[in-house]
Amino acid sequence: MQEPLIRLQDVSKSFDGDIVLDELNLEIKENEFVTLLGPSGCGKTTTLRIIGGFTKPDAGHVYFDGKDITNLPPNKRQLNTVFQKYALFPHMNIEENIAFGLNIKRKSKEYIRDKVRYALKLVNLDGYETREVTSLSGGQQQRIAIARAIVNEPRVLLLDEPLGALDLKLRQDMQYELIRLKNELGITFIYVTHDQEEALTMSDRIVVMNQGYIQQMGTPENIYNEPENAFVADFIGDSNIIDGLMIEDRLVQICGVKIPCVDSGFGCNKPVDVVIRPEDVELSTDTSKGFLTGRVTSLIFKGVHYEMEVIAGGFEWLVQSTLCYPVDSEVGISVKPENIQIMNKPESADEKAVTPDA
Amino acid sequence: MRKQLAAGPYLIWMIGFTVIPLILIVYYGLTDTTGAFTLNNIMAIAEPQRMAALIRSLQLSLICTVICLFLAYPLAMILKNLSRGGKSGLMIFIFILPMWMNFLLRTMAWQVILSRNGLLNTFLNSIGLPSVNLINTNAAIVFGMVYNYLPFMVLPLYNVLVKISNDTIEAAHDLGASWLQTFFRVILPLSVPGIISGITMVFVPALTTFVISDILGGGLILLIGNVIEQEFTFTANWHLGSGLSLILMIFILFSMFLIAKYDKEGNGTAF
Repeated sequence: MQEPLIRLQDVSKSFDGDIVLDELNLEIKENEFVTLLGPSGCGKTTTLRIIGGFTKPDAGHVYFDGKDITNLPPNKRQLNTVFQKYALFPHMNIEENIAFGLNIKRKSKEYIRDKVRYALKLVNLDGYETREVTSLSGGQQQRIAIARAIVNEPRVLLLDEPLGALDLKLRQDMQYELIRLKNELGITFIYVTHDQEEALTMSDRIVVMNQGYIQQMGTPENIYNEPENAFVADFIGDSNIIDGLMIEDRLVQICGVKIPCVDSGFGCNKPVDVVIRPEDVELSTDTSKGFLTGRVTSLIFKGVHYEMEVIAGGFEWLVQSTLCYPVDSEVGISVKPENIQIMNKPESADEKAVTPDA
Repeated sequence: MRKQLAAGPYLIWMIGFTVIPLILIVYYGLTDTTGAFTLNNIMAIAEPQRMAALIRSLQLSLICTVICLFLAYPLAMILKNLSRGGKSGLMIFIFILPMWMNFLLRTMAWQVILSRNGLLNTFLNSIGLPSVNLINTNAAIVFGMVYNYLPFMVLPLYNVLVKISNDTIEAAHDLGASWLQTFFRVILPLSVPGIISGITMVFVPALTTFVISDILGGGLILLIGNVIEQEFTFTANWHLGSGLSLILMIFILFSMFLIAKYDKEGNGTAF
């Protein structure tokens, strides 16, 4: 098995008594695009800052390529960071900004000139050498920040919500740019975001975090289709999370109706959380077709699909469908057994935050 | 139109209290008692005692400015770091606090401290050290200047330093710069505007002061400010006093011109 490039071992950190990270363990392989995903305050940025060397963990170790770098200052680490607000040097032009790291390393003038030109080409801003920072748009400034980082040939690029300040269209363009960059450079990307769509689009692997714990790690498909708990299900995309009762293997009861599912091993008559994605709920005007009958209470056109809310069995279902069912119409609800996800209920409020493999 | 109306009171203020007095000084400086044009009032600076006072003023205010800069910069950096934890308010308050007391009173307090049998010498003697003779020396005047004008250096420096985002400093570290490299390549160049306004705000009042030299120099050490003051109060020769003021004004304008030019050319990268 390949030795991980970065390994966090039992890393803990608290600020003013608030625990931000609690014995976090994480391994990142060479040439991986890993996204740390979670709501604000989940510890994802702190994790990134600990890897970057800007924050010292209270306990635990950070290993880079097998060496302990826990106490190594940021300027001695073989990685570079792209900051959310670009953090370009306002008193330097574009060329001087990109050349900053190479100047520190006392590289030759020719080397620096070639490298700067190469980096600008890579981010599609050829010929911008003598421009001033303030003359660039937000998207261009972020590209320069990326160029300034990659010109140092880091083995790992850390990105702290780099697209957070950009508008939607630009953000989508930049997502493709980042994937292309990563493939061209062949280096490891560690990406922090609270935007699940961004995470699903770009990552090889997603690490979902909440309250200082890792909730789930896996490929985007795995995280989306097989969420391990209600938090992940709710955070990654919209979900209907319904109280249910596991009658027996492959039979669950929700809203007073017994329906078939594909999960087993939960035991008999055990309370569970049932997760159903809104696009997996099937509606029909023939009310006899579904296992439940409900009434549409709202209808929104979202472009690709319609989004409806349906009251059925005392629960408000979120439904996405390409077919339109008008408000106040009676509909039958059905779900294919393989689209029903069963999860153990957390036993206490604390457990909601506990890593599933702990 | 409304904007122009709103500027009215300020315009009247500026004309009444800045433009007219300036014209009067130029008029007095360039005329004799009969009202005839003359350059004698300006040439009078060449008289050895006045020249010595001007040179001494330039020397002392320059020393004061340099000391203030070197004292204020680390302090402003500390205040910036405190401000990240939201703790800088009290520190800044303590620094501004003396400015709420009368300028004369503060300077006279230093007279009491530095005088031959003052607090400082009493303290030195009590721990077995010999007395120091500070009062009525150039050193005492510089002391008083630094004490009085230090806040004018600290505040503009603090203002530019807090505006340097922490991300920018971390980015420099991230790109391989050590603490010293980060300071000289990023923090110092970005703080040049604050350095310049600090220098101006300390150098100009220090160059023109006559109160500090009066109290801490015991009337024995004359600065150009004292010389001008005496022309207005003792000899009542407004023409000569105005002429010498014009010389001083030229020095101030020249120094500000130099600083502005340096800032433009260097644009921070000179460091």
